[in-house]
Amino acid sequence: MAGDFILEMRSITKEFPGVKALDNVAFQVRRGEIHCLVGENGAGKSTLMKILSGVYPVGTFEGEIILNGQPQQFRSIGDSTLCGIAIIYQELAVFPELTIYENIFVGNEITEGMVIDWNETIVRAAEVMRRVGLNMDPATKVKHLSVGQRQLVEIAKALSKDVQLLILDEPTAALNDDDSENLLNLLRDLKEQGVTSIMISHKLKEVLAIADTITVLRDGKVIKSMDAREQKITEQDIIRYMVGREIENIYPARKSSPSKEVVFELRNWSVVDRETRREILHKVNLKVHKGEIVGIAGLMGAGRTELAMSLFGNVPGYEITEGEMLVKGRPMRFRHPYDAIENGVAYATEDRKGKGLILIQDVKFNISIAGLKRLVRGLVVNENEEIAVANRFKEAFDIRTPSVQTLVGTLSGGNQQKTAVVKWLYTEPDLLILDEPTRGIDVGAKFEIYTLMNQLVEQGMSIIMISSELLEVLGMSDRIYVMAEGTITGELPAEEATEETVMAMATRTREVPVR
Amino acid sequence: MKTQKANASVSRAQQPPQAQQSLGAEVAALLRENIREYAMYIALVVIFITFTIATQGLFVSPRNLVNLVNQTGYVAVLAIGMTLILIIRHIDLSVGFVAGFTGAVAALLLMNGWNVWLVIPIVLLCGIVIGIYQGFLVTVIGVPAFVTTLAGMFIFRGLLSWVTAGTGTIIVRDRTFLQFSNGYIPDLPWGASLSFHLLTMLIGLVLVAFMVATQVRARRSLQRYNFKTTSPVVFGAQLVFASALILGGTWIMATYRGLPWTAVIVACVLAIYHFLLTKTRFGRHIYAIGGNPEAAELSGIKVRRVTFLVFCSMSLLASLAGILYTSRLASATPTAGLGFELDAIASSYIGGVSVSGGIGRVTNTIVGALVIMSLTNGMNLLGVDISFQYMIKGLIFVIAVAFDIITGSRR
Repeated sequence: MAGDFILEMRSITKEFPGVKALDNVAFQVRRGEIHCLVGENGAGKSTLMKILSGVYPVGTFEGEIILNGQPQQFRSIGDSTLCGIAIIYQELAVFPELTIYENIFVGNEITEGMVIDWNETIVRAAEVMRRVGLNMDPATKVKHLSVGQRQLVEIAKALSKDVQLLILDEPTAALNDDDSENLLNLLRDLKEQGVTSIMISHKLKEVLAIADTITVLRDGKVIKSMDAREQKITEQDIIRYMVGREIENIYPARKSSPSKEVVFELRNWSVVDRETRREILHKVNLKVHKGEIVGIAGLMGAGRTELAMSLFGNVPGYEITEGEMLVKGRPMRFRHPYDAIENGVAYATEDRKGKGLILIQDVKFNISIAGLKRLVRGLVVNENEEIAVANRFKEAFDIRTPSVQTLVGTLSGGNQQKTAVVKWLYTEPDLLILDEPTRGIDVGAKFEIYTLMNQLVEQGMSIIMISSELLEVLGMSDRIYVMAEGTITGELPAEEATEETVMAMATRTREVPVR
Repeated sequence: MKTQKANASVSRAQQPPQAQQSLGAEVAALLRENIREYAMYIALVVIFITFTIATQGLFVSPRNLVNLVNQTGYVAVLAIGMTLILIIRHIDLSVGFVAGFTGAVAALLLMNGWNVWLVIPIVLLCGIVIGIYQGFLVTVIGVPAFVTTLAGMFIFRGLLSWVTAGTGTIIVRDRTFLQFSNGYIPDLPWGASLSFHLLTMLIGLVLVAFMVATQVRARRSLQRYNFKTTSPVVFGAQLVFASALILGGTWIMATYRGLPWTAVIVACVLAIYHFLLTKTRFGRHIYAIGGNPEAAELSGIKVRRVTFLVFCSMSLLASLAGILYTSRLASATPTAGLGFELDAIASSYIGGVSVSGGIGRVTNTIVGALVIMSLTNGMNLLGVDISFQYMIKGLIFVIAVAFDIITGSRR
């Protein structure tokens, strides 16, 4: 059994202009195993999977792909699908306005002659939905599903095509801990049913929990492939292989402690959806002291991003029905992010590519855009000063870019994230709200973001950190609020908080409604 | 999907300042990186050569070149406004008939004996009011710009035929008004004895000096920060080429009757909008919105306000184009403005405005307008049937956009 490989990729080399993304990579997957692929951003994981799934067609890379002992030449994704390979991306490709069953069979319709056999479609959809544990009406529109449920739809879609090799690119990045756990269990079930999985993940705990084999990539090379069933592997081992160095402490120590001065306060902050009148936030109370990092923990859909957006003044479709906001003791309500910025509040979004950065512009443009007012002399933006400012931030926070004139879209995830945070520093905020500041970036870059946060609070800034990674909240915060169903369900000083206590508060709710 | 391609090269080590490379390699690289910009100049040169040969030199006669400038005027003005609209990912289909209608208003008022210096501000104000109406629909109500301006196209076409219904074509006789698109700047008293127009030549020289000065300053600033610059040879060649172009153009004007007023008006509009886009906060906001509207909003940019202002500016420029066009024809006709929107949009795209927004420069748009109008002018000289003219223009337009998408996808 040990030698039975479902997939062998041999001496794969892929070059992009100026970069060798993969360098003579050998990658083998045993039949029926769960194989985890880890590595820093830019290590080549996604590139390798794109070669396997035919996104990069034969001829654009060197090396061979051998599936079930047969050499394969994939010219498109269609070719690899026919061979039983399915890839599920981090950004899901579902059609929100279609039903679950339509989504499952889109592109693979069951037809009788020229007509779609909807009855058969629904029956078969219900079958695969059962296999993935999605207990819902197949006729539900996908827009009503949570992110986790949508992912199940994608997996069901893969199963409907008799998938042999399932590739998941960071499947749990957008999931809360519960949904992640469900997904991992599902992968285990599928393994029992003979489906082989390759999972790319940054979450090492998960990797250790589920992997039969772990392969670590670094700089386009395979550094280590480990059999997790035979030897005991620790997180530290993996991190060492990933970064080539030991990271002693993931959360850097801070030299300062928060003062007693309250810089920001919310009282009974309540928000409803303007159309449906559904309550989104219910009487939220919170305080932030000067020089403090306040963590907001909670599960997906707890209302954390909505809280940040509503106080920052970006409230499309929301209505603040009740409550008070005090910024440095003065009552305020922001009608537009502009007002928030003017009053020293900044918000770095969770979606850095979609809502945070202007990818087609350069680093200096992105750094200066929120605080552009400071650069204006008369009518004119002072471009020399802009470059000086951008360079200063680049140096101070070690944004790795050839120059501040480089387009942000070409930077690595971690450096993009740093740019997305640093742009707010130029507005000199008193309160910086960071929404999932380390999502989708590698361990090394995370450490640098944490260091940056510490630098800021040491200078007297206050930070609200919204994060779905419990350990990060525990490791970085001075104080933790836990949210569930649009309200604060608990407040804990960092010393008293544990994963268990926080999770208990985060789940202190009624049954999670299906929206 | 994540793009992880360039990570390795970008995140590692600082790039060394400008390594020495051969001249040929540099020119090739320049061509590759700026293919879209150069394609437009190449197209212009090809059009000029083709028509010059086909018309046995008539196309490049001073008389026709001045004619071309006057013809390009109203399209250039429209295209400048359109560039802003397209950068922020909107569209304005109504500009043609807004120009037609406001031009007719001008003609009507002049016919009734109003003073020209009163008529012009009124007509421009008309344009602003139209802009407020369309901007309101787009930004406050949220009607898509495509719908708003398609409706506008009908409304203003209707208004145009309504105001011209009683009179038919309205003839304009006001001499001052006719100067805008048919007249030339006066010469200095000392130039009377010369065989050329002195003031025009002086303006040309000042322009060259100004261009060289700004280019040199920009280059110095790039060097100061160790940014990528072209080699001295290439930089010099670019300066010489541009200077020759400007001086050649002014010489032709100067030996004919001097600089047309249209050129002066377009140059002023161009200068103002170039300044707005490249130097001011408002310009930054426009590019930010075009690059990513949501990120712009969250960066404190009042996206709706900027959008509103851009629509106002568009209709204001449309009314200016209306004035130029009416002046050029010395009349307002019931079909004035037909198809202008296509010329304006095509000029912008040929000038390198990105179809997906966020990228574009008004200086290049002007060249785009010149491409479109030399095509029109040349085909008219050759007596090409109007039906073929439409087909050719449509094809050129769609090829320009396809070209943008093909080269853009490689970026």
